[in-house]
Amino acid sequence: MIPEIGHLALIIALCVALVQAIVPLAGASLGIQRWVNLAVPSALAQLLFVAISYACLTWAFLAHDFSVLYVAQNSNSELPLIYRISGVWGSHEGSLLLWALVLAGWAGAVAVFTPSVPRVMRARVLGVLGLVCVGFLLFIIITSNPFERLLPAAPEGSDLNPLLQDIGLAIHPPMLYLGYVGFSVAFAFAIAALISGQVDSAWARWARPWTNIAWMFLTLGIALGSWWAYYELGWGGWWFWDPVENASFMPWLIGTALMHSLAITEKRGTFKAWTALLAIFAFALSLLGTFLVRSGVLTSVHAFATDPERGVFILGFLVVVVGGSLALYAWRAPLLKSAAKTELLSRDGALLLNNVFLAVVTAAILLGTLYPIAIDAMGGKISVGPPYFNLMFFALTAPLGVLIGIGMLLRWKSDSIARLRGKLWLPAVLAVVGGFGLSLVQPQWHFAAAAGLVMALWIALTAGLALYDRVRGRALGSALRSTPAGFYGMLLGHVGVAVFIVGVTLTSLYTVERDLRMAPGDTYSVAGYEFTFRGVRQYDIHNYTATRGGFSVRSESGNYNIDLFPEKRIYRVQKMPMTEAAIDAGLTRDLFIALGEPLDSAGTWAVRVYYKPFIRWIWLGALIMGIGGIVAASDRRYRRLVRSRAGDAAANEAAS
Amino acid sequence: MTPARKKRLALVVLMVAGVSVGVSFALQSLNQNIMFFKTPSEVRAGEAPADRLFRVGGMVVAGSVSRPGDGLTVQFDLTDNEEQVTVKYTGILPDLFREGQGIIANGRLDARGDFVAEEVLAKHDENYMPPELAEMHKAREAQQ
Repeated sequence: MIPEIGHLALIIALCVALVQAIVPLAGASLGIQRWVNLAVPSALAQLLFVAISYACLTWAFLAHDFSVLYVAQNSNSELPLIYRISGVWGSHEGSLLLWALVLAGWAGAVAVFTPSVPRVMRARVLGVLGLVCVGFLLFIIITSNPFERLLPAAPEGSDLNPLLQDIGLAIHPPMLYLGYVGFSVAFAFAIAALISGQVDSAWARWARPWTNIAWMFLTLGIALGSWWAYYELGWGGWWFWDPVENASFMPWLIGTALMHSLAITEKRGTFKAWTALLAIFAFALSLLGTFLVRSGVLTSVHAFATDPERGVFILGFLVVVVGGSLALYAWRAPLLKSAAKTELLSRDGALLLNNVFLAVVTAAILLGTLYPIAIDAMGGKISVGPPYFNLMFFALTAPLGVLIGIGMLLRWKSDSIARLRGKLWLPAVLAVVGGFGLSLVQPQWHFAAAAGLVMALWIALTAGLALYDRVRGRALGSALRSTPAGFYGMLLGHVGVAVFIVGVTLTSLYTVERDLRMAPGDTYSVAGYEFTFRGVRQYDIHNYTATRGGFSVRSESGNYNIDLFPEKRIYRVQKMPMTEAAIDAGLTRDLFIALGEPLDSAGTWAVRVYYKPFIRWIWLGALIMGIGGIVAASDRRYRRLVRSRAGDAAANEAAS
Repeated sequence: MTPARKKRLALVVLMVAGVSVGVSFALQSLNQNIMFFKTPSEVRAGEAPADRLFRVGGMVVAGSVSRPGDGLTVQFDLTDNEEQVTVKYTGILPDLFREGQGIIANGRLDARGDFVAEEVLAKHDENYMPPELAEMHKAREAQQ
């Protein structure tokens, strides 16, 4: 009964979404106030019905209702409670339902938290979000109904994919979706603005906090996925340039460009058309990501069960959304003339360059990701290796790193080289000296290490200088308090980049990886630590059997001792083996041990031992960036009510 | 030209130059890093590139996995149900590597015509068969 309620709620949600999509948009264009007023209640009703539907599916998991096909395929009576809750999004149908819930949630949030946005504008934004909802709900109902019954009911479920039985992966998809789908809000704002022809500072100010929050979730979602791959896949890598990773990274890059472009549009009223275009692309790339993951055109560890019919639907949806938006853009963009000129040597110019670099990096990654598919269509089979992506990414982001430092200290509108030179010589010298100095104390000297450390120091020092510039000559407390949250968010975001660079540089250059053949009692020395294998034992736990290896690790100086217990698990229902690495995590290094396979009957195992310096800094950097995003979104000026444009412009001048 | 126009022109030229440098750079680098996918039959027919990494995919022949020597070197045969290629790999195999399963290996051929793998990939799915092989099977079934 309850699954049918869930299905029914989904159909009602579709009907409500149709109302939400059509009536407010029509009302806004025809000037019918009552239709416009329908936007908020219909968005909230839509959220309610999707939430009911989602709750019904969760109930089916909790109650072990194996008469529901999806539950029978993805759960088991021995599955622990937390994974029954996260199992809802463990496979295709449920993850789409989660997607719809997140989308409805964002629309509900827009309905509630935008008191400063004029009603007509809000009605249009909600209308566009309604259209997107219609697309996704249709997709679920037509191709991927999660409530499909299995008759007769299965006596037992075939269990959740063991890879997904992990806390990191339990929260990775919701985070990622909150980010992906969050860009639909920026997209809806852009479309609404294109319809009305009003893309201005006020518009950018409405769209900015939403973009920041979506970006924050996407940042954390990607970082969680990377962290999960590191400890769960058992290879100790943190990024593979896997097509599905790229699918989430491309919207992130364009989203980053969008955040910066929105800053120019808000402060200076320029780059309006470009900003609107980026908002469209950020969402289009999110949809493309969904298409790539769900259609089966990709060979990837992520593309589990796939179905061509679904791929065709998403591709069609993608074409309609992108084609429609770009047509609207082509028609309306000429209206968006910029009010002011842009000097290259100004913060505006630096942000423009930032956008160019980010767009080019995205294009390069898109090329590498889609190229195999294009070749496939012509009958060839190829794949593009990580060296391509590494080269493109680092070659194109290195100038960006230099630019971050300069950009933070540039003035809006126009600046002078002399002033800039006076400010930047000191951090530049300190960064070069400090970076080279730090690279000399590493185990070996690499130019890349020096370059990475110089870059990280450069960004951190210029961020400090930007803050110092703000408070200099004023009472420290009041100066810090009067600095807007947006500024702190910007600093945190950039410091996060610096921390990330340190992590990536040191991890990639100084990781020590050893695949060893170890018999009980064997000791190997890796990177200053002695690893002693003490043999394996069997354990029966929950829904799996574990072979647990015992290792004693001691540093060569003898003052650090720890025992590590990596596992090889066999999940009983799916008979699927899983490697559970044992990691001794630390701020400056991780020690990582994973069991390979037994090599003989005497208890000898293939063992993987890694020493990973500063790898935590990669995710720490992402976390700091994410915090920066939320801090920036909390800026007071986003919550102020609408005022006259003239007043806004004056306030902007004062804030910058 | 007015100064404003000059500036705009400079900006446009700069952007076009940047983009074209980027694109040529990208295409060149892409060409160097493409890995071709070959089936064991194609490898046997001498279609594999001699001097660069490529991928070979197929099913691990049952009973073919052996560990010569006392290190971590493992050797097995890979088949597409027509021809076989011997694969050598030193290191730890992925969790889902098993006889009879589909896998993909990156590497190159040695002088004896054996495939020396740098990396062995197995899909995280019980019923995984490399998509290229799955297509071949489908095509063959359609023919019959």
